[in-house]
Amino acid sequence: MSKKKDVVVPSESKAQDVLREIMSGDPVRIALSILLGFFIGAIFMVVFNTQVVSAWSNFGSDPGLAFSSVWWTIQDGYGALFSGSVYDTNASNFLDGIHPLTETLRFAAPLIMAGLGVALTFRVGLFNIGATGQIMMGLAGATFVSTRLHMPAVIHMIVAVIAAVAAAALWGVIVGVLKSRTGAHEVIVTIMLNYVATALFTFFLRQPGLLLEANGGGTPKSDHPDGTAMLGSLLGPNYNLHFGLVLAVIAVVVYWWLMERSTFGFRFRMVGHNASAARAAGIKVENTFVWALALSAAFAGLAAANQGLSLDGGLTTSIEAGIGFDAITVALLGGSRAGGVVMAGLLFGAFQAGSASMQVSGVSPEVLGVVKALIVLFIAAPPIIRAFYRLPKPQPKVLEVTKQTAKVSK
Amino acid sequence: MSKIEVTPGMFSQVELKPSFKTAITMAVASLVVLFGLGIFGKSGDVAFVWSDTREALQLPHWVVNSISFCTSVGVILLAISVISFLYTRANKKTPMWLVIIFGLLAIMALLGWLATGASQGVQMVFILSNTLVLAIPLILGGMAGIMSERVGVVNIAIEGQLLTGAFVSSVVGTMTHNLYLGMITAMIASGILSMVLASLAIKYLVDQIIIGVLLNVLVIGITNFLHSVWLNNDSSHLNFPGTFDRIAIPLLSDIPVLGQVLFNNRITVYLMFLIVPALWYVLFKTKLGLRARAVGEHPLAADTVGINVGRTRFWWVTLGGMVAGLGGAALTIGNVGSFGREMSGGQGFIALAVVILGRWQPIYVTLSALLFGFTIVLRVWANQVSPGVPFDIITMVPYLVTLVAVAGFAGKVRAPAASGQPYTKE
Repeated sequence: MSKKKDVVVPSESKAQDVLREIMSGDPVRIALSILLGFFIGAIFMVVFNTQVVSAWSNFGSDPGLAFSSVWWTIQDGYGALFSGSVYDTNASNFLDGIHPLTETLRFAAPLIMAGLGVALTFRVGLFNIGATGQIMMGLAGATFVSTRLHMPAVIHMIVAVIAAVAAAALWGVIVGVLKSRTGAHEVIVTIMLNYVATALFTFFLRQPGLLLEANGGGTPKSDHPDGTAMLGSLLGPNYNLHFGLVLAVIAVVVYWWLMERSTFGFRFRMVGHNASAARAAGIKVENTFVWALALSAAFAGLAAANQGLSLDGGLTTSIEAGIGFDAITVALLGGSRAGGVVMAGLLFGAFQAGSASMQVSGVSPEVLGVVKALIVLFIAAPPIIRAFYRLPKPQPKVLEVTKQTAKVSK
Repeated sequence: MSKIEVTPGMFSQVELKPSFKTAITMAVASLVVLFGLGIFGKSGDVAFVWSDTREALQLPHWVVNSISFCTSVGVILLAISVISFLYTRANKKTPMWLVIIFGLLAIMALLGWLATGASQGVQMVFILSNTLVLAIPLILGGMAGIMSERVGVVNIAIEGQLLTGAFVSSVVGTMTHNLYLGMITAMIASGILSMVLASLAIKYLVDQIIIGVLLNVLVIGITNFLHSVWLNNDSSHLNFPGTFDRIAIPLLSDIPVLGQVLFNNRITVYLMFLIVPALWYVLFKTKLGLRARAVGEHPLAADTVGINVGRTRFWWVTLGGMVAGLGGAALTIGNVGSFGREMSGGQGFIALAVVILGRWQPIYVTLSALLFGFTIVLRVWANQVSPGVPFDIITMVPYLVTLVAVAGFAGKVRAPAASGQPYTKE
């Protein structure tokens, strides 16, 4: 008994309230956070813009130029972000104009899928930083099927996606088993497994018998995936958007059903709300952890499939592209709900799609990294945003929790 | 008056009985050395090169047969495992010094096996001094981790603190042409970052792990941005600080092997030599440290006897951040000489692992950090002396060792009982 107690998530106190507050996702607070994030981002853009700085140093001779340079810098930056991610205002026709929007969708898809995975573990009260490693293993699975096995079209793709999901899920199970059997903290376990997975994937990519490209040398790189395994194009050759978006939509629907409608998800949420109460109600908390981490990793595996089966060219570890880490911020921003994760994924996808046109317009897209971090920081730390806008402190919702526990004990 | 030592685990509910896991792990490792590297190892000779060519006093190379060397090391390791079994049978924990000797011997066998037949042999000074320099950010980051976790605040933001320190020390060092000023401002900047972490975690009770992760993302975002729009424009005036001069300590630096490794270094290394024992002394031998640990183990009890939990936590976390800032400075002005994009490259996360592997104890944490530093060197060196070795697998080893440690296979690893839990007066 004493051993079991050790395994339970220890903080049942204020920290849980805060997590709940983040998840409760008050839309006004989210909107204010995004606004403040963009505002501070604008300050960064302006202060480090050489033209603005020189205009202000001549403030005495031309004060109008000083102010307008500030305005134009912000307009250039965020204008380029808009036309690079939503609608290209310079395009000759509507179909070309929405090209940026399809790019946003393309970038958003893997973020949404991996974000759902992280979100799932948040709902169970676990903090899973392991999406990076899970994506690496998923990539290994997908790449093996797409380069080493040969099958008819469609079937090949489906098998490759399944391989990605299965490989990632197995990697997630390791975390779950270590967590539930030994009480090891999932944060440390996932960080370590990220490094191990990256090294393992690199090792696979170096082995001629496994993933190394034909006639490959010292660089760890795979062959081109077979055309039959690739995620097909959705809108024809003029757009880069591919079948990965459909995977993302399926993932969102599955996640929503799983968490909001199924008994499985109900168990997950119960453990997340109060592990002790869940145990008292007869739920096997340890097994729930294992299942949650496996399913979470499966979503990361979908993101891996999206990455591994969409690029025409050999794969390296860089194809992961920081999605595993971004997934954490997506899940936090999205309040761990299906709808929220979609919105957060779209926002970050838009940031990625808009980077290129910002670069062209002369504003460093790196500022979006700051904006992104600030938005999520404000949302995750409600006191900051409350203090900034002088919002009132919310009352804790005790009733809701007791109601749910009462339901289970019936 | 009898003295009661507060240890992590004192308040944990798990009964303290040594398990055979340590002994079993050691036995398996020694069998790997005995058979894998020894009996079925590489035939040929291996030279252990003890002296750097720069040194005045040259020690002769030590040439041995690879198989007989590794086999005899394997036998000694097996003997140590047996001793560990006997300790456990007698209900005693395997002493840490025995584990350390075991580790060092195993590493020697591995080095010998790798360099078998290679012309340059095992260059001990090269390997050891690089291990030390590369481990400095990990060690100092680890100290920051200890300082905040011992008082009950989980510090995931070490990565951000290292990066802040690296950035600020490089920029300030270049702009003022004074590296010491760069180092001090790096510590202050990291300290301020830690104050954000501390106040959000302690006063506003925001989840410590989430806030730590987000502070990392924020620092990465800001430094990337500044690096691209500011430093890159004029890097010779903004990001070209150079490094501290090496200071050879008279007499001590003339000791063969160790003199070059330990006593011919930059100031960041010497500061580490001071900080680690000082932290150990303060934590375990002074009233201040006892209070800090009490806050981390049982804040309610600490509060009851009149310790201000919030204030203790705040200042320890802040000081820890300053130490991590020094670690960041060690990355730039203590080693490479300029700031690179995301140059901490996950070392803050490794520092977290190092803290656990070293069981929240400064000396052991330092040794674990050296293990990680060693693997970084090994990856480069192994590729030179024996190219066929799968060094991706070697890369994994320290992470796997940490996993084994957190999973409790190698003795008990017990965090400060209240680590990660916010404390509020009822």
